[in-house]
Amino acid sequence: MTIAAKFEIEYLQYVDATGKQVRKDLPKFAQDLEYMVKLYKLMVSTRVFDAKSIALQRTGKLGTYASCLGHEAAHVGLGSAMLPEDLLAVSYREYGAQLYRGVQPREVYMYWGGDERGNDYQNEPARHDFAWAVPIATQCLHAAGAALAFKIRGEKRVAVCTIGDGGSSKGDFMAALNITGARNLPLVAVIVNNQWAISVPRKIQSGGPTLAQKGIAAGLFCIQVDGNDIIAVRKAVGDALDRARNGEGGSVIEAVTYRLGDHTTADDARRYRGEEEVKEAWAREPMIRMRKWLEDKGAWDDAKETAWKAECDEWMDKEVDAYLETQPQPVSAMFDYLYAEVPADLEKQRSYALSLEAQAH
Amino acid sequence: MAQITLIQAVTQALAWEMAHDDSVVVLGEDVGVNGGVFRATQGLSEKFGEWRVIDTPLDETTIAGVTVGLATQGIKAIAEAQFEGFIYPMMEQIACHAARMRNRTRGRITVPAVFRAPWGGGIHAPEHHSEANEHLFTNIPGLRVVLPSSPARAYGLLLAAIRDPDPVVFFEPKRIYRQYKEEVPDDGEALPLDVCFVLRDGTDVTLVTWGAQVKECLEAADELAGEGISAEVIDVATLTPLDFDTIAESVHKTGRCVVVHEAPKTAGFGAEIAARLAEECLYDLLAPVERVTGYDVHIPLYRLETKYLPSTERVVTAAKRTLAAS
Repeated sequence: MTIAAKFEIEYLQYVDATGKQVRKDLPKFAQDLEYMVKLYKLMVSTRVFDAKSIALQRTGKLGTYASCLGHEAAHVGLGSAMLPEDLLAVSYREYGAQLYRGVQPREVYMYWGGDERGNDYQNEPARHDFAWAVPIATQCLHAAGAALAFKIRGEKRVAVCTIGDGGSSKGDFMAALNITGARNLPLVAVIVNNQWAISVPRKIQSGGPTLAQKGIAAGLFCIQVDGNDIIAVRKAVGDALDRARNGEGGSVIEAVTYRLGDHTTADDARRYRGEEEVKEAWAREPMIRMRKWLEDKGAWDDAKETAWKAECDEWMDKEVDAYLETQPQPVSAMFDYLYAEVPADLEKQRSYALSLEAQAH
Repeated sequence: MAQITLIQAVTQALAWEMAHDDSVVVLGEDVGVNGGVFRATQGLSEKFGEWRVIDTPLDETTIAGVTVGLATQGIKAIAEAQFEGFIYPMMEQIACHAARMRNRTRGRITVPAVFRAPWGGGIHAPEHHSEANEHLFTNIPGLRVVLPSSPARAYGLLLAAIRDPDPVVFFEPKRIYRQYKEEVPDDGEALPLDVCFVLRDGTDVTLVTWGAQVKECLEAADELAGEGISAEVIDVATLTPLDFDTIAESVHKTGRCVVVHEAPKTAGFGAEIAARLAEECLYDLLAPVERVTGYDVHIPLYRLETKYLPSTERVVTAAKRTLAAS
């Protein structure tokens, strides 16, 4: 028998669900406990932020919101692996990565609270990242285009796109991987496999044993990691970024995690999945193990946890206040950002809309 | 000075801008060594290399999405859809991202891209190679939809489209790609977008059209002149944002209007012009606005396509009807 091609997909995990370290060869960054505390703290603040967002929605102060509960390791892991000059193309719930890169909670609230200014990220490096892309998987091709721009200009930068298990079924995702392989583009695709695309389970998305292997067809490096283990995510994404930066090709990383919350606040997951499954998933969630791992090393304790959570609460309260104090944009705003300059024909409609406003006041 | 065809004018504009602006990049299927199926990118690959004249995998979604990504990073990306009938997979990226990115981000991210596509029927092509679908784009806010109708306007408008800071869908009437030649100085001079071109002055009836139908309208105007009827011919050129003022001024003068387009009639862009005339110029009108268009059918395969495309005769007849009405 002649084999035309064969492949295997590595699974990477450093810390298991109980907080036990299962490998001795800790990556260099994970040997720096101060750094690991910093990452853990951002996981905590992401969770505090998420709870605050849901509370805002439940009290009528925010529109539909997509929670990131349970994704903290995957999101903070990928965000923290990136360099400032890299570029992030997210779908819509990767707040942990975005907060790391400077997106402000108030900007997230503004976007889900019905105000486009939430997409006008003020802080670098988030300011040069893409905004949320609601049409599934379309952002993967934007990342491929950005990666092509970096390659054309000879810049040592990498574009990172994220996608869900459901989104990995879209042609746009495969198309992005395909051109990345064909043109050796500096792109890293992270599939955050949280097992559920609204109500449709992972097994309905693909018959393959992993989603990572979708990159094999495109000639990319592929790996599956425990997406609840921030060390594994950070290591796999970091290695992929290094390869891409050095012109050694793109990668697909499947971070296996679980969506502990509903798809969005408009969803009720009890309609389609059992309590038992969710209970089991809570036992594998990313925070407990990292806290345990840090505590075992003497780098974290109850007092620190309580103090940091209080600090996060205070931070989020300030962000919520800033969001709630934001006045709506003037009516002219819906016209003013459509083109570099308002075209003459559109100006007629703009003036009409403004005249209605003037009458109303 | 060399006389060139419309397709050569497209190539000349691309080559000029690529030579004068390093950030301009062309991408699509077969645009590289092959120079495009209509030869729009002929010679560009040799001149500018494979990283500025980029053959993509055979997937329109890839072309459109990568174009959006490139443009957001300051690359002036010019995407080619091989035919307008293959532009549909691009529509999500054009409608959901190219046209919205500036608005979505309050100006933080912009998409200065051009989506070129050979457009329209009349070249005896297979199915999906002869569509007129500009009206599917004219309803998308944030885009410019441009259709040149001569070599000189193809050159000037394409330069303007590339330099425009916002996305432009640039449809090239393939029926007149090689119909005639004219002198087009290669001087890098752009023509203005967002304006209609009055190609012929007249006083009795206004013929409003775009793309390949400019030819039939000019012929109709000649024929009408032979019968003592003075027809004004307007090439809309930029469909959106529409320069309605030029059309309104003309109809104020003539009192009659015939809108001519190749696309199906219902909800074609002619409907928008007729509606605007009804809203803004009703009391200038001496006769109902006429529309000479494709039928509400798929453009037939080529044995019947000339029966579908608006003919000079249909334009003349419609113009005369407007005169008979008053």
